[in-house]
Amino acid sequence: MVEVYRSSVLDAPADQVWGVIRDFNGLPAWHPMIDSSRIEGAVAADQVGCVRAFRLTDGGYIRERLLALSDYDYSFTYAILESPMGVENYVATLKLTPITEGNRTFAEWSADFDCAPERADELTLLIGDSVFQGGFAALQGRFAT
Amino acid sequence: MVRVSRSTVIDAPIEAVWSVLRDFNDHDRWHPAVARSRIDDGKKPDQIGSVRNFVLASGERIREQLLSLSDKNHAFRYTIVESDIPLMDYVAEVSLKPVTDGQRTFWSWKSSFRTPLGQEEELANLVAEGVYEAGFAAVRAEVEGALKTGKAFAQGTIAADTVVGGTITGETMTGTAMVIDRYGGPEELHQTTVSVPPPERGQVRLRQQAIGVNFVDVYCRSGLFNLLTPPGAPGMEAAGVVIEVGPGVTHLKPGQRVAYACPPVGAYTDLRTMDANLLVALPDDVDLETAAACLLKGMTAEFLLHRVHAVKRGETILVYAPAGGVGRLLCQWGRHMGATVIGATSSEEKARVARAAGAQHVILPGPKNLGEQVMDLTRGRGADVIFDAVGNDSFQYSIAALATCGHLVSFGQASGDIGARDISSLAAKSITLSRPNFAHYTDTPEKVQNITLHLFEAIRHRVITIDITQRYDLKDAAEAHRALQDRETTGSIILRASDA
Repeated sequence: MVEVYRSSVLDAPADQVWGVIRDFNGLPAWHPMIDSSRIEGAVAADQVGCVRAFRLTDGGYIRERLLALSDYDYSFTYAILESPMGVENYVATLKLTPITEGNRTFAEWSADFDCAPERADELTLLIGDSVFQGGFAALQGRFAT
Repeated sequence: MVRVSRSTVIDAPIEAVWSVLRDFNDHDRWHPAVARSRIDDGKKPDQIGSVRNFVLASGERIREQLLSLSDKNHAFRYTIVESDIPLMDYVAEVSLKPVTDGQRTFWSWKSSFRTPLGQEEELANLVAEGVYEAGFAAVRAEVEGALKTGKAFAQGTIAADTVVGGTITGETMTGTAMVIDRYGGPEELHQTTVSVPPPERGQVRLRQQAIGVNFVDVYCRSGLFNLLTPPGAPGMEAAGVVIEVGPGVTHLKPGQRVAYACPPVGAYTDLRTMDANLLVALPDDVDLETAAACLLKGMTAEFLLHRVHAVKRGETILVYAPAGGVGRLLCQWGRHMGATVIGATSSEEKARVARAAGAQHVILPGPKNLGEQVMDLTRGRGADVIFDAVGNDSFQYSIAALATCGHLVSFGQASGDIGARDISSLAAKSITLSRPNFAHYTDTPEKVQNITLHLFEAIRHRVITIDITQRYDLKDAAEAHRALQDRETTGSIILRASDA
């Protein structure tokens, strides 16, 4: 089992950040690696169990299922169903926590998955730095004062 | 049920913060609201079920029991079992998380409890502000001041294999620097990202928060000095916090507040890896901005007044640019040493700064030249020592203004290179000429230690005061250079490295 954890501080209230990231079908609006996304079937994007199918800017195709969504905790959890990355049992959580001092947001993005041992470092960097930290950097830019 | 939740970000690695918070009985040392604390029944403070029995500074007694403690999650929970303050069913949780895009720590402190009817808001405020937020401030000061107490860290090194929730130390990190690709004007300074390698043997990696701007930076940028070979970052002075130490470094620890003022250049950056023995550990009472603003100028003033020419009571000293960074310190410190201080400057506004800094006389451009004015003020005797960083424009006036056996200390050349001079002309007054180089007075850790101890002592006793008149973001370094070159400035200029 490989675990990846990345976190950041965003200079905006948690409600505001949550308004951007809550939409399970909304990745193209804020994440620089995502080109387009749709929800499979006639279900809402906040219906737990729904599947998003999205296309990366580099052409890759990924399908993920929403496993949990909590407005109370500002968090959602999802699993990869299909991807070109070569990961198994991939489950990730994105969670926000208000920082009361300064009315900012602590953002955490974590995942655990299985993969071929020799690919663990490469995948940790890809997922941790490009996907997670890259997403945080885009959000930081969006909320920069 | 009342719920209180407060959180903050501490600018230190999680292990540094956790090492302060983990000891359940240590809060009387760092929390301002807690007067004294002990653990009941001979238990250990990290033993689940232990009870801390403490008295607040305001006199109330409280007993709290440790419910859980996790070194993996950097968290603990506790409950109040007995209290003079009516907090009932009180359960609190302290937890830390690493901020992985910077060596910072998210800290959450929350609780739920009941109170007597009508006291909900009052007690919620007491807990939130009097306990949690006051605790944040105290630990922030504690961790930043960890250097001095040495208590916060059991080990000097966060080992390279320490993985804290995914934060892997020992990797190259990315910093933001202001660099030049070629010599030239302020416009050559531009922002870039730089790779900051993990510290090797004898090195540390630090997160810089404040960077001092000095005239030497202008020389490096323009190419007058060959200290900087483009492409590269100028800057010789900064203050920050150690985030990682390499093997063999024993006198510095992560979380420690440090500063430096020395070559190699390259201070215009938010992250830097450098030799540990170039760094000065800061005492608790010197903040990072003050350190970045004062170290180069203050160390310069120290060795000029105490080592290049040991100023004696009753001597007359002439200080050029007395409103500038080093000039102000020379006036303050020289006056304190019992000298008569004359400042030579260009405007009434700067003259006011010089007088406020202790100059008894200030010379402005007028019908009489500088030499004549100094002779008038000293009844024909002249100055015993002249601290001259102007260079070419002032040299001949300085010679004229000196007393017999006077000492001209030429320590800079803001107006340009002094060029070739005929030293036989010095014989007319048996003049001593010094051209000190900062590097030679600061080339061993012992010398730096002696100078900085003296400097911090002078700051502590307000013999000298550090006046930061302009603060720029690091990315606006070009603006800071323009202001310095246009001689608009009095006091010190610093750049602030953003921590975003």
